[in-house]
Amino acid sequence: MTDLTTSTAVTVTMTVNGVEHSSELDPRTLLVDHIRTGLGLTGTHIGCDTTSCGVCTVLLDGKPIKACTMFAVMADGAEIMTVEGLKQNGELHPVQAAFKEKHGLQCGYCTPAMMLVGAALLEENDDPGDDEVRWAISGNLCRCTGYMNIVESIQEAGAQMRAGSNGVEADDMELQDEQTDADRPKEATMQEVAE
Amino acid sequence: MTAIEDQPELDTTPDVGGIGHAIKRQEDDRLIVGQGTYLDDVVLPGMLHMSILRAPMAHAKLISIDASAAEAMDGVVAVVTGELMAQHDLAWMPTLSGDTQAVLVTDKVRFQGQEVAAVIATDPYIAADALEYINVEYEQLPAITTPQQAIEDDAVMIRDEKEGQTDNRVYHWESGDAEATDAAFEAADRIVTLETHYPRSHPSPLETCGAVADVDPVTGQATIYVTSQAPHAHRTLFAMVAGLPEHKIRIISPADLGGGFGNKVPIYPGYVVATAASLLIGKPVKWVESRSDNLISTGFARDYHMKGELAVTDEGKILGLRVNMLSDQGAFFADAQPTKFKAGLFHVVTGSYDYPAAHVVCDGAYTNKAPGGVAYRCSFRITEASFLIERLVHNAAFEVGMDPAEFRLKNFIQPEQFPYTTPTGFVYDSGDYPTALRKAMDHVGYEALREEQRQAREDGRLLGIGVAHFTEAVGAGPSKDYDIAGIKMFDSAELRVHPTGKAVLKVGVKTQGQGHETTFAQIVASELGIPATDVKVVHGDTDNTPYGLGTYASRSTPVGGAATAVVARKLADKARKIAAHLLEAAEGDIELSNGQFNVAGSPDRTVSIQDVSLAAYTDLPEGMEPGLEGVHYYDPPNLTYPYGSYIVVVEVDLDTGEWTVDRMVALDDCGVRINPMIVEGQIHGGLTEGYAMSSMQWITFDEDGNCIGSNYMDYMIPTAWETPKFELLETVVPSPHHPIGAKGVGESPTVGSPAAFVNAVIDAVQHLGVTNIDMPVMPHRVWEAIDAAQSAG
Repeated sequence: MTDLTTSTAVTVTMTVNGVEHSSELDPRTLLVDHIRTGLGLTGTHIGCDTTSCGVCTVLLDGKPIKACTMFAVMADGAEIMTVEGLKQNGELHPVQAAFKEKHGLQCGYCTPAMMLVGAALLEENDDPGDDEVRWAISGNLCRCTGYMNIVESIQEAGAQMRAGSNGVEADDMELQDEQTDADRPKEATMQEVAE
Repeated sequence: MTAIEDQPELDTTPDVGGIGHAIKRQEDDRLIVGQGTYLDDVVLPGMLHMSILRAPMAHAKLISIDASAAEAMDGVVAVVTGELMAQHDLAWMPTLSGDTQAVLVTDKVRFQGQEVAAVIATDPYIAADALEYINVEYEQLPAITTPQQAIEDDAVMIRDEKEGQTDNRVYHWESGDAEATDAAFEAADRIVTLETHYPRSHPSPLETCGAVADVDPVTGQATIYVTSQAPHAHRTLFAMVAGLPEHKIRIISPADLGGGFGNKVPIYPGYVVATAASLLIGKPVKWVESRSDNLISTGFARDYHMKGELAVTDEGKILGLRVNMLSDQGAFFADAQPTKFKAGLFHVVTGSYDYPAAHVVCDGAYTNKAPGGVAYRCSFRITEASFLIERLVHNAAFEVGMDPAEFRLKNFIQPEQFPYTTPTGFVYDSGDYPTALRKAMDHVGYEALREEQRQAREDGRLLGIGVAHFTEAVGAGPSKDYDIAGIKMFDSAELRVHPTGKAVLKVGVKTQGQGHETTFAQIVASELGIPATDVKVVHGDTDNTPYGLGTYASRSTPVGGAATAVVARKLADKARKIAAHLLEAAEGDIELSNGQFNVAGSPDRTVSIQDVSLAAYTDLPEGMEPGLEGVHYYDPPNLTYPYGSYIVVVEVDLDTGEWTVDRMVALDDCGVRINPMIVEGQIHGGLTEGYAMSSMQWITFDEDGNCIGSNYMDYMIPTAWETPKFELLETVVPSPHHPIGAKGVGESPTVGSPAAFVNAVIDAVQHLGVTNIDMPVMPHRVWEAIDAAQSAG
């Protein structure tokens, strides 16, 4: 009898959308499978298994990563945000509201990832230009929308955030603005993400 | 009805949100919070997981399969082989084209990636592991990788198991008048010839295909969740394949599909094996493809080798068209294909132009490739046809020394000629092509661009302006001509209005993200005045929706939308009677507008649709049947013919062959637009896929039939970074025979734009002697074409 599955289960602890989860896992469990099957958060999707399409993107300590090619054990101790965590205190995140407003989605399969990448970008820069948004989402494929409305949606969310109408505390907004003003290599940051 | 109209005046208020309102999509509320339900989100108690072993080579005799090591693994419940399927008479299944396809290989492998065996296990990781422990012995055979090889006299037969089959030919199809076409060519001053290959492409929706099959061992009831664009047709085919009684099969295509684009029309072996496994084991079985599985084994598109000849006069008048085609169908003819048109809807091949004669000959061949022939965001084979004629027309204009836009204007079918019968016998419903093209030209600043092009050339820059004007045929279809596996292509809608005035609409078509839940509700809103947000649209569940043929060929609005309008009108007729009763007026005096029933000439005497809905259950005229509901099966009298004028401006780098898109202007006329926001979104998406096919997206094979492009690192899909921006325009010429004048739009941009992109690149380098570059127009191909032309010149 061949049993390839015999492996010592490991305990992995991560905070997902603000809730800490400790789970006994087969160490080869992919992060995306742990999120989808282990934690039941099915808003994170699987599209290509090769880090190419980006629909499995989640935020790991605030940075977009592709959960289909990362083991769950590698996220031990991390803060994860999935699409289910975008809505806070019953309020849609501005990026969620903007995707509906600007028709930034059709089939919705790439949408959770697109919104998370958009939210991460806006955390760094809430007034991104067209090229900055396109570069930020260049690791995320979409087959329905042609991207124009996705770009617009993310920019609209930025506008809403700048106007402070997103349920985010005003103090937080100012802090974000200060960070945005810092002379930082925006594209390099997103390139790291894409890689 | 050919006058250009603005979008018809809105007959509903914004709060009702009928036709013409760009209301936000109802389905977005769940999708933006991650609460969509896609196939992989379906989890059933006790569910097992299936993984498929695929053939590593394209052509091989199957010698033996030893699954004992895999079967012995912890967690493996069963290994299903072709032999086991054959014992249950399930080794072969019918395709949507009336061919047969192996479910699991029993005799020989016919394409790389073909399904050989399946493991059913308690965990998807174990199912995948166990594949490695199935030992299969093959005797490799030479692979046939092109249709030209396939039809050689001494070619090895790929389908040697098929009764009556004597070679690798799939079909032969002719259309048009050969004699009249010969005469036109004899009368011509010039014959313009173009040979090109529309490459094999893959629709590649981001969600792959999959199924969760749940066969109740006691009742025999089979509930099959499946990624399906055509759940009702799939149910009938399942009944035929598996011999299960049709009333005991329930197909549920989950509320959300992650795109389809034609890829989710066919029935795949995985669906059948998962169902058979559930039947045998008595537990639910889930199968979800990997991306590689999807790219190498499911619904390819295109792959047509085309030769077109255009007979023209020196004055630039088209006299006739001759076309010869050879299609690569792969190992099984698995198109979703009306049986009366074996080469697909090749009947828009004459394009948007008025000339008397055409003759089309098309042959299909089996090769050692995955079954091809899904239409991929076009109706059957229309994108190939449209590409060919628009490339030919561009070259013809160049050869007679005319501007390509002027050449088109000179040859267009004129507005007063509609309905227009084409040389191959199809009837275009309505259109005003000159207005469309002129509007696009005005917007892009065509004359100034041509001047800029002349200047650029003097400066050593290569600017290209590509024009394409396509006519598409969608809305299949009139059931006398259109069928899938013999099932006639009508579609359906069932509408129930509840006492409080809220409604449920059930449709036979199935959304894959196009926004049906909003669009169809808007049709009801326009017809009855019930706010669109008060209409729930149900789709995708064969137990809970009326029979329909599904969503592809842009048929949802032309057929399903028509059924919705008609059933709503049936309800309006009854509602009018009830309103007359409530208002104590004659039925003939009752007017319905925006949800209010008025007595003509007495605006004060009014009841609302909500009042009438309640009365349908509480206060009816004497003898009237209670309730407010109905069903309609709509069989369209004709196809609808949306069209568009696209203009692309590119700049080509002479040294590298790279080209970049400076402008992309797309004017679409899809008749009446139900939700302009959704229509524009569809156009954006289609243009992107057209750009993809023009510039990078194709699946290639090596000489052994190995698929090159089994993942997104090799199968190139444009990201936001490459994708051009689009400038959209519209005209509105309603379809005269459609209840709300809508024509369908989702595929138009994919049909129309490849020729526009390629024409633009050719236009930039034609003066150097380049007359053709096959898609995808990769930089190296451009560079080589320029180099070859300059060497020759």
